[in-house]
Amino acid sequence: MMPDLGKYAVTVLSAYGVSLVLIAALVGASLWRARRVRAALRKVETRRTAR
Amino acid sequence: MRALLWRDLRLAVRAGGGFGLGLAFFLIVTVLVPFAVGPQTGRLASIAPGILWLGALLACLLSLDRIFALDFEDGSLDLLATAPLPLEGVVAVKALAHWFTTGLPLVAAAPALGVLLSLPGPGFFWLFLSLLIGTPALSVIGAFGAALTVGLKRGGLLMSLLVLPLYVPTLIFGAEAARRGAEGLAVETPLMLLGGISAGALALLPFASAAVLRVSLR
Amino acid sequence: MSLWEYANPVRFIRLTDRVLPALSGAAVLCLVVGLVWGFFFTPDDYRQGSTVKIIYLHVPAALMAINAWLMMLVASLIWIVRRHHVSALAARAAAPVGATMTVIALATGAIWGQPMWGTWWAWDPRLTSFLILFLFYLGYMALWEAIENDDAAADLTSILCLVGSVFALLSRYAVNFWNQGLHQGASLSLDAEENVADVFWLPLLVCIAGFVLLFVALVFLRTQTEIRARRMRAILARERMA
Repeated sequence: MMPDLGKYAVTVLSAYGVSLVLIAALVGASLWRARRVRAALRKVETRRTAR
Repeated sequence: MRALLWRDLRLAVRAGGGFGLGLAFFLIVTVLVPFAVGPQTGRLASIAPGILWLGALLACLLSLDRIFALDFEDGSLDLLATAPLPLEGVVAVKALAHWFTTGLPLVAAAPALGVLLSLPGPGFFWLFLSLLIGTPALSVIGAFGAALTVGLKRGGLLMSLLVLPLYVPTLIFGAEAARRGAEGLAVETPLMLLGGISAGALALLPFASAAVLRVSLR
Repeated sequence: MSLWEYANPVRFIRLTDRVLPALSGAAVLCLVVGLVWGFFFTPDDYRQGSTVKIIYLHVPAALMAINAWLMMLVASLIWIVRRHHVSALAARAAAPVGATMTVIALATGAIWGQPMWGTWWAWDPRLTSFLILFLFYLGYMALWEAIENDDAAADLTSILCLVGSVFALLSRYAVNFWNQGLHQGASLSLDAEENVADVFWLPLLVCIAGFVLLFVALVFLRTQTEIRARRMRAILARERMA
């Protein structure tokens, strides 16, 4: 399955690794913050309507 | 306008105005360079134009926060904003005052410091000329950065982060002109481009700085 | 019905909520297809060997790094002219994405350059310009963080974005003047005689589409977050006043 990367295997794999980790971190941070802010806003809004 | 220029100049020269600090900083940086890279004349001569340009740029950067910060704190900036003089003019005059008190002394001192770094003979004139043409751009761009960060806590470090990338083209052309001059190559092209940047920054950036100040004073 | 309807934050959130699942699905699909195709099913280049596979990350990331700044420029202009808050927030939301893309382009370039050029880094015009672009992103994000008043922050950062664009462009040409490059020319321009071969081009196109979709999806999501965060601050401020 794995293609033969020859002598540049480390190079190619580390480039993919670094990029995918960075993209994953970006997406993860965005999602995490989105979820947190959404929950916080909901809490504030329900508190306001409850009163 | 002239009154404002005189006021800024007097304030800067008076004790506590910080006049001369930039010069002292420039001197110290130049003295430290041989300690860092070694005293060999050839090596010093080859990096001298770049080091002197970088030192002048950093010395300029250090004194930028003075342009607006004090006037912002004591409220005279609000008065200036409501004065009949347009804010664009105020910004231009203040940048000019900064250039007179910081840029010009640096330009004058640079050839003397060139001796310390064993700058090659033909380099002195071109270093002087390129700094003379380039430092107004440094002052005007710096005034923009100072306007962006006026009234912010811990504005100084942020201002460096904002201003230094904006200094890149000026530094490239200025140092390139000085280096080519020192090596006896043709310097017209970088000098022209440097002049273009200075003229363009001088003409356009006061409008951006004034817009920024209006937001900060709102 | 015009585009400006979506300048209303509620409409914007409603619209983006509806399109986000499809958008992110398409982004993931394109990325997976493009990268798997590129990684497993393309031949090696006769000169570069298998390192040619890095192109599927490097080129789209570099493209998006520049396009993200362009998008911020347009959004900043819209904010200055028409004062739509969503526009300013979208510019803010795009900045970290663009900065990450710049880092990816620089990192993959360095990793590729090590065996190909024999060095991680060279002061080549393109590389240098990207580094300067990254500094502009940093300054822009730092300014957003530093200013407490939301409207003032939007104003100042959009002016910085305008001025920064001019200076970034100037730097691009200054840097060109300053040093000759190692970097190869554009490999995708439509008018060039020598483009990359089709075997590499098709998966690359899919990857570019994936990065574009990913960027749009992330900007939508992050803009939503910014809108909600600002709404929450407004509510809290009102409660404190009451």
